[in-house]
Amino acid sequence: MEADPQMPLLWAIRDLVGLKGTKYGCGVAQCGACVVHLDGEAVRSCVTKVSRAAGKKVVTIEGLSETNSHPVQKAWQDIDVPQCGYCHSGQIMSAAVLLREKPNPTDQDIDDAMAGNICRCGTYLRIREAIHTAAELQKKTGTKG
Amino acid sequence: MKQKPENGMKLFVPKKAATVLSIFIFIVAVGTSAFRNDAPVKQMEFNTINRDSLVSVQAFETVYKTLMSPRCMNCHPAGDVPLQGDDSHLHAMGPKRGLDGKGVYAMKCSNCHQETNIAGLHMPPGNPEWHLPPAAMKMVFQGKSAHELAKQLVDKKQNGNKDIKKLIEHADDGLVLAGWNPGEGRTLPPVTHAEFKKAWITWLQSGAYAPKK
Repeated sequence: MEADPQMPLLWAIRDLVGLKGTKYGCGVAQCGACVVHLDGEAVRSCVTKVSRAAGKKVVTIEGLSETNSHPVQKAWQDIDVPQCGYCHSGQIMSAAVLLREKPNPTDQDIDDAMAGNICRCGTYLRIREAIHTAAELQKKTGTKG
Repeated sequence: MKQKPENGMKLFVPKKAATVLSIFIFIVAVGTSAFRNDAPVKQMEFNTINRDSLVSVQAFETVYKTLMSPRCMNCHPAGDVPLQGDDSHLHAMGPKRGLDGKGVYAMKCSNCHQETNIAGLHMPPGNPEWHLPPAAMKMVFQGKSAHELAKQLVDKKQNGNKDIKKLIEHADDGLVLAGWNPGEGRTLPPVTHAEFKKAWITWLQSGAYAPKK
Protein backbone atom coordinates (compact mmCIF):
# COMPACT_ATOMS: atom_id res chain seq x y z
CA MET A 1 0.00 0.00 0.00
CA GLU A 2 1.21 3.51 -0.80
CA ALA A 3 0.00 6.42 1.28
CA ASP A 4 1.00 9.85 2.50
CA PRO A 5 3.27 9.21 5.50
CA GLN A 6 1.40 11.89 7.44
CA MET A 7 -2.01 10.28 6.84
CA PRO A 8 -3.68 8.74 9.92
CA LEU A 9 -3.42 4.97 9.75
CA LEU A 10 -7.19 4.76 10.20
CA TRP A 11 -7.73 6.67 6.95
CA ALA A 12 -5.39 4.34 5.10
CA ILE A 13 -7.08 1.23 6.50
CA ARG A 14 -10.62 2.38 5.75
CA ASP A 15 -10.28 4.51 2.64
CA LEU A 16 -7.26 3.08 0.84
CA VAL A 17 -7.38 -0.60 1.81
CA GLY A 18 -11.14 -0.65 2.14
CA LEU A 19 -11.39 -2.45 5.47
CA LYS A 20 -14.31 -0.82 7.25
CA GLY A 21 -14.36 -2.85 10.46
CA THR A 22 -12.17 -0.36 12.30
CA LYS A 23 -14.27 2.64 13.31
CA TYR A 24 -13.74 6.35 13.58
CA GLY A 25 -14.94 7.57 16.96
CA CYS A 26 -13.41 10.69 18.44
CA GLY A 27 -10.31 11.23 16.30
CA VAL A 28 -8.27 12.31 19.33
CA ALA A 29 -7.26 8.98 20.94
CA GLN A 30 -9.93 9.23 23.62
CA CYS A 31 -12.49 6.54 22.82
CA GLY A 32 -10.74 3.41 21.48
CA ALA A 33 -13.07 2.69 18.57
CA CYS A 34 -10.14 2.79 16.13
CA VAL A 35 -7.82 0.32 17.93
CA VAL A 36 -5.77 -1.95 15.67
CA HIS A 37 -2.68 -4.03 16.41
CA LEU A 38 0.63 -2.56 15.32
CA ASP A 39 3.28 -5.20 15.85
CA GLY A 40 0.97 -6.63 18.49
CA GLU A 41 0.26 -3.42 20.38
CA ALA A 42 -3.22 -1.91 20.60
CA VAL A 43 -2.56 1.47 19.00
CA ARG A 44 -5.17 4.08 18.23
CA SER A 45 -5.12 4.34 14.49
CA CYS A 46 -6.78 7.77 14.41
CA VAL A 47 -3.64 9.44 15.82
CA THR A 48 -1.05 6.99 14.47
CA LYS A 49 0.53 8.20 11.28
CA VAL A 50 1.10 5.87 8.35
CA SER A 51 4.84 6.56 8.70
CA ARG A 52 4.88 4.79 12.08
CA ALA A 53 3.37 1.68 10.54
CA ALA A 54 5.87 1.44 7.69
CA GLY A 55 7.40 -2.03 7.64
CA LYS A 56 5.34 -3.18 10.61
CA LYS A 57 2.55 -5.71 10.92
CA VAL A 58 -0.90 -4.17 11.11
CA VAL A 59 -3.81 -6.38 12.18
CA THR A 60 -7.37 -5.09 12.06
CA ILE A 61 -10.54 -6.74 13.34
CA GLU A 62 -10.85 -8.45 9.95
CA GLY A 63 -7.47 -10.10 10.44
CA LEU A 64 -7.81 -11.21 14.04
CA SER A 65 -8.89 -14.64 12.79
CA GLU A 66 -9.94 -16.00 9.41
CA THR A 67 -13.23 -17.44 10.66
CA ASN A 68 -14.14 -15.16 13.55
CA SER A 69 -12.90 -17.94 15.79
CA HIS A 70 -10.55 -15.99 18.01
CA PRO A 71 -11.53 -16.75 21.64
CA VAL A 72 -12.50 -13.13 22.19
CA GLN A 73 -14.72 -13.09 19.09
CA LYS A 74 -16.36 -16.37 20.11
CA ALA A 75 -16.96 -15.11 23.63
CA TRP A 76 -18.42 -11.87 22.25
CA GLN A 77 -20.87 -13.93 20.23
CA ASP A 78 -21.67 -16.31 23.10
CA ILE A 79 -22.42 -13.51 25.54
CA ASP A 80 -24.04 -11.34 22.84
CA VAL A 81 -22.03 -8.39 24.06
CA PRO A 82 -22.73 -5.55 21.60
CA GLN A 83 -25.76 -3.34 21.62
CA CYS A 84 -25.20 -0.84 18.81
CA GLY A 85 -21.82 -2.43 18.12
CA TYR A 86 -19.96 0.65 16.94
CA CYS A 87 -17.17 0.45 19.52
CA HIS A 88 -16.75 -3.31 19.55
CA SER A 89 -14.03 -3.85 17.00
CA GLY A 90 -11.87 -1.62 19.17
CA GLN A 91 -13.06 -3.39 22.34
CA ILE A 92 -12.18 -6.79 20.88
CA MET A 93 -8.75 -5.70 19.67
CA SER A 94 -7.92 -4.31 23.12
CA ALA A 95 -9.21 -7.43 24.86
CA ALA A 96 -7.08 -9.63 22.59
CA VAL A 97 -3.93 -7.84 23.74
CA LEU A 98 -4.98 -8.22 27.37
CA LEU A 99 -5.50 -11.97 27.01
CA ARG A 100 -2.20 -12.43 25.22
CA GLU A 101 -0.32 -10.71 28.03
CA LYS A 102 -2.50 -11.87 30.93
CA PRO A 103 -4.24 -15.14 30.07
CA ASN A 104 -6.18 -15.22 33.33
CA PRO A 105 -7.09 -11.62 34.03
CA THR A 106 -8.81 -10.45 37.19
CA ASP A 107 -11.62 -7.90 37.10
CA GLN A 108 -9.03 -5.27 37.99
CA ASP A 109 -6.80 -6.33 35.08
CA ILE A 110 -9.78 -6.06 32.75
CA ASP A 111 -10.65 -2.61 34.04
CA ASP A 112 -7.03 -1.49 33.67
CA ALA A 113 -6.79 -2.82 30.14
CA MET A 114 -10.17 -1.71 28.87
CA ALA A 115 -10.41 1.71 30.54
CA GLY A 116 -9.55 3.40 27.26
CA ASN A 117 -12.39 1.82 25.31
CA ILE A 118 -15.63 3.70 25.74
CA CYS A 119 -19.04 2.14 25.08
CA ARG A 120 -21.86 4.66 25.03
CA CYS A 121 -24.38 1.82 25.24
CA GLY A 122 -22.82 0.84 28.54
CA THR A 123 -22.08 -2.81 27.81
CA TYR A 124 -19.17 -2.84 30.25
CA LEU A 125 -20.48 -5.67 32.42
CA ARG A 126 -20.96 -7.92 29.39
CA ILE A 127 -17.52 -6.97 28.10
CA ARG A 128 -15.99 -8.02 31.39
CA GLU A 129 -17.96 -11.28 31.40
CA ALA A 130 -16.95 -12.00 27.81
CA ILE A 131 -13.28 -11.49 28.57
CA HIS A 132 -13.49 -14.01 31.41
CA THR A 133 -15.25 -16.40 29.03
CA ALA A 134 -12.59 -15.83 26.38
CA ALA A 135 -9.90 -16.60 28.94
CA GLU A 136 -11.60 -19.96 29.62
CA LEU A 137 -11.92 -20.69 25.89
CA GLN A 138 -8.30 -19.80 25.36
CA LYS A 139 -7.29 -22.17 28.14
CA LYS A 140 -9.37 -25.02 26.69
CA THR A 141 -8.31 -24.62 23.12
CA GLY A 142 -4.76 -23.50 23.76
CA THR A 143 -5.19 -20.65 21.31
CA LYS A 144 -3.82 -17.22 21.95
CA GLY A 145 -4.53 -13.84 20.54
CA MET B 1 96.60 11.25 57.35
CA LYS B 2 97.31 12.85 54.02
CA GLN B 3 95.13 12.04 51.08
CA LYS B 4 96.89 10.82 48.00
CA PRO B 5 96.51 13.21 45.02
CA GLU B 6 95.22 10.48 42.68
CA ASN B 7 92.30 9.64 45.11
CA GLY B 8 91.29 13.33 45.15
CA MET B 9 91.06 13.38 41.34
CA LYS B 10 88.83 10.25 41.39
CA LEU B 11 86.29 12.06 43.67
CA PHE B 12 86.40 15.34 41.74
CA VAL B 13 85.62 13.84 38.34
CA PRO B 14 82.24 12.21 39.27
CA LYS B 15 81.12 15.41 41.08
CA LYS B 16 81.91 17.49 38.03
CA ALA B 17 80.15 15.02 35.73
CA ALA B 18 77.05 14.97 37.93
CA THR B 19 76.85 18.77 37.96
CA VAL B 20 77.13 18.98 34.16
CA LEU B 21 74.51 16.25 33.77
CA SER B 22 72.09 18.04 36.12
CA ILE B 23 72.46 21.32 34.18
CA PHE B 24 71.88 19.42 30.93
CA ILE B 25 68.73 17.75 32.23
CA PHE B 26 67.39 21.06 33.53
CA ILE B 27 67.94 22.78 30.16
CA VAL B 28 66.29 19.91 28.29
CA ALA B 29 63.30 19.86 30.67
CA VAL B 30 62.71 23.61 30.42
CA GLY B 31 63.07 23.50 26.65
CA THR B 32 60.66 20.60 26.29
CA SER B 33 58.00 22.08 28.55
CA ALA B 34 57.92 25.21 26.44
CA PHE B 35 56.61 23.15 23.52
CA ARG B 36 54.02 21.05 25.39
CA ASN B 37 50.54 21.29 23.97
CA ASP B 38 48.93 19.62 26.96
CA ALA B 39 50.02 22.17 29.44
CA PRO B 40 47.75 22.26 32.49
CA VAL B 41 44.74 24.49 31.98
CA LYS B 42 42.24 25.72 34.49
CA GLN B 43 40.60 22.67 36.04
CA MET B 44 37.13 21.82 34.73
CA GLU B 45 34.49 22.80 37.24
CA PHE B 46 31.95 20.27 35.82
CA ASN B 47 31.77 17.97 38.77
CA THR B 48 33.35 20.11 41.38
CA ILE B 49 31.31 21.04 44.39
CA ASN B 50 31.89 24.46 45.86
CA ARG B 51 29.67 24.24 48.86
CA ASP B 52 27.55 27.29 49.46
CA SER B 53 24.24 26.71 51.16
CA LEU B 54 22.83 30.15 50.39
CA VAL B 55 23.56 29.93 46.68
CA SER B 56 22.35 26.34 46.60
CA VAL B 57 19.02 26.92 48.33
CA GLN B 58 18.38 30.03 46.24
CA ALA B 59 18.99 28.06 43.01
CA PHE B 60 16.67 25.32 44.21
CA GLU B 61 13.77 27.80 44.36
CA THR B 62 13.88 27.91 40.55
CA VAL B 63 14.37 24.16 40.31
CA TYR B 64 11.46 23.47 42.63
CA LYS B 65 8.94 25.75 40.95
CA THR B 66 9.89 24.19 37.61
CA LEU B 67 9.65 20.58 38.73
CA MET B 68 6.33 21.24 40.45
CA SER B 69 4.86 22.81 37.31
CA PRO B 70 2.37 20.62 35.43
CA ARG B 71 4.79 19.94 32.57
CA CYS B 72 7.15 18.14 34.95
CA MET B 73 4.95 16.99 37.82
CA ASN B 74 2.23 15.45 35.66
CA CYS B 75 4.49 12.51 34.88
CA HIS B 76 5.73 12.24 38.48
CA PRO B 77 2.40 11.55 40.21
CA ALA B 78 1.93 10.33 43.76
CA GLY B 79 -0.28 7.49 42.53
CA ASP B 80 0.02 5.13 39.59
CA VAL B 81 -2.07 7.19 37.18
CA PRO B 82 -0.39 10.07 35.35
CA LEU B 83 -1.73 13.60 35.65
CA GLN B 84 -3.00 15.75 32.85
CA GLY B 85 -3.60 19.40 32.02
CA ASP B 86 -2.57 22.64 33.63
CA ASP B 87 -4.70 21.73 36.66
CA SER B 88 -2.95 18.35 36.98
CA HIS B 89 -6.11 16.29 37.07
CA LEU B 90 -5.94 12.50 36.79
CA HIS B 91 -5.31 11.39 33.20
CA ALA B 92 -8.51 10.63 31.32
CA MET B 93 -9.11 6.87 31.00
CA GLY B 94 -6.94 6.23 34.06
CA PRO B 95 -3.94 4.57 32.39
CA LYS B 96 -1.78 2.72 34.90
CA ARG B 97 1.96 3.02 35.37
CA GLY B 98 2.85 -0.66 34.95
CA LEU B 99 6.14 -2.16 36.09
CA ASP B 100 8.27 -0.36 33.53
CA GLY B 101 6.32 2.89 33.63
CA LYS B 102 5.09 2.39 30.08
CA GLY B 103 1.52 1.33 30.84
CA VAL B 104 -0.26 -2.01 30.84
CA TYR B 105 -1.89 -4.35 28.31
CA ALA B 106 -3.97 -2.36 25.83
CA MET B 107 -3.26 0.85 27.72
CA LYS B 108 0.40 1.46 27.01
CA CYS B 109 1.57 5.06 26.75
CA SER B 110 2.80 4.69 23.18
CA ASN B 111 -0.60 3.42 22.02
CA CYS B 112 -1.71 7.06 21.99
CA HIS B 113 1.45 9.10 22.52
CA GLN B 114 3.37 9.13 19.27
CA GLU B 115 7.00 10.04 18.67
CA THR B 116 6.09 13.70 18.16
CA ASN B 117 3.29 15.99 19.27
CA ILE B 118 0.09 15.67 17.31
CA ALA B 119 -1.11 18.93 15.82
CA GLY B 120 -4.21 20.43 17.37
CA LEU B 121 -5.44 21.83 20.65
CA HIS B 122 -4.94 19.39 23.57
CA MET B 123 -4.04 16.52 21.25
CA PRO B 124 -1.76 13.85 22.77
CA PRO B 125 1.78 15.16 23.16
CA GLY B 126 4.51 12.88 21.84
CA ASN B 127 8.01 11.67 22.52
CA PRO B 128 9.75 8.41 21.53
CA GLU B 129 10.42 7.63 25.20
CA TRP B 130 7.09 8.63 26.71
CA HIS B 131 6.71 6.95 30.11
CA LEU B 132 6.34 7.41 33.84
CA PRO B 133 9.11 6.47 36.26
CA PRO B 134 9.05 2.70 36.81
CA ALA B 135 7.11 1.07 39.65
CA ALA B 136 10.30 0.20 41.52
CA MET B 137 11.43 3.84 41.58
CA LYS B 138 8.47 6.17 41.28
CA MET B 139 10.35 9.44 41.73
CA VAL B 140 7.24 11.20 43.00
CA PHE B 141 7.12 15.00 42.74
CA GLN B 142 3.43 15.51 43.46
CA GLY B 143 2.82 16.62 47.04
CA LYS B 144 6.49 16.94 47.96
CA SER B 145 7.77 19.96 49.88
CA ALA B 146 10.90 21.67 48.60
CA HIS B 147 12.85 20.01 51.41
CA GLU B 148 11.51 16.54 50.59
CA LEU B 149 12.05 16.88 46.86
CA ALA B 150 15.61 18.17 47.22
CA LYS B 151 16.50 15.23 49.45
CA GLN B 152 14.88 12.77 47.07
CA LEU B 153 16.56 14.13 43.95
CA VAL B 154 20.05 13.42 45.22
CA ASP B 155 19.26 10.13 46.94
CA LYS B 156 20.65 7.43 44.68
CA LYS B 157 18.13 4.97 46.06
CA GLN B 158 15.34 7.19 44.80
CA ASN B 159 16.80 8.89 41.74
CA GLY B 160 17.79 5.97 39.51
CA ASN B 161 21.28 5.67 41.01
CA LYS B 162 22.37 9.00 39.52
CA ASP B 163 25.42 10.80 40.83
CA ILE B 164 25.93 14.55 40.42
CA LYS B 165 27.38 14.14 36.93
CA LYS B 166 24.46 12.02 35.76
CA LEU B 167 21.96 14.38 37.38
CA ILE B 168 23.48 17.30 35.50
CA GLU B 169 23.31 15.33 32.26
CA HIS B 170 19.67 14.49 32.98
CA ALA B 171 18.75 18.15 32.48
CA ASP B 172 19.15 17.49 28.74
CA ASP B 173 17.21 14.20 28.72
CA GLY B 174 14.71 14.01 25.87
CA LEU B 175 11.68 13.71 28.12
CA VAL B 176 12.85 16.59 30.32
CA LEU B 177 13.23 18.75 27.22
CA ALA B 178 9.75 17.67 26.10
CA GLY B 179 8.38 19.72 28.98
CA TRP B 180 9.28 22.80 26.99
CA ASN B 181 7.55 21.49 23.87
CA PRO B 182 4.23 20.39 25.36
CA GLY B 183 1.94 20.80 22.38
CA GLU B 184 -0.90 23.20 21.79
CA GLY B 185 -3.04 24.30 24.71
CA ARG B 186 -0.53 23.62 27.47
CA THR B 187 1.41 26.25 29.41
CA LEU B 188 5.18 26.14 29.49
CA PRO B 189 7.20 25.67 32.68
CA PRO B 190 7.74 28.94 34.60
CA VAL B 191 11.32 29.47 33.36
CA THR B 192 13.13 28.64 30.13
CA HIS B 193 15.04 25.40 29.86
CA ALA B 194 18.30 27.37 29.90
CA GLU B 195 17.30 29.10 33.13
CA PHE B 196 16.21 25.81 34.65
CA LYS B 197 19.44 24.09 33.66
CA LYS B 198 21.54 26.90 35.06
CA ALA B 199 19.69 26.75 38.39
CA TRP B 200 19.83 22.93 38.39
CA ILE B 201 23.60 22.86 37.90
CA THR B 202 24.15 25.67 40.39
CA TRP B 203 22.08 23.84 42.99
CA LEU B 204 23.95 20.59 42.47
CA GLN B 205 27.45 22.04 42.27
CA SER B 206 27.00 24.24 45.31
CA GLY B 207 26.21 21.26 47.49
CA ALA B 208 22.59 20.34 46.64
CA TYR B 209 21.37 21.79 49.93
CA ALA B 210 17.75 21.14 50.82
CA PRO B 211 15.62 24.09 51.90
CA LYS B 212 14.49 23.91 55.51
CA LYS B 213 10.85 23.42 54.53
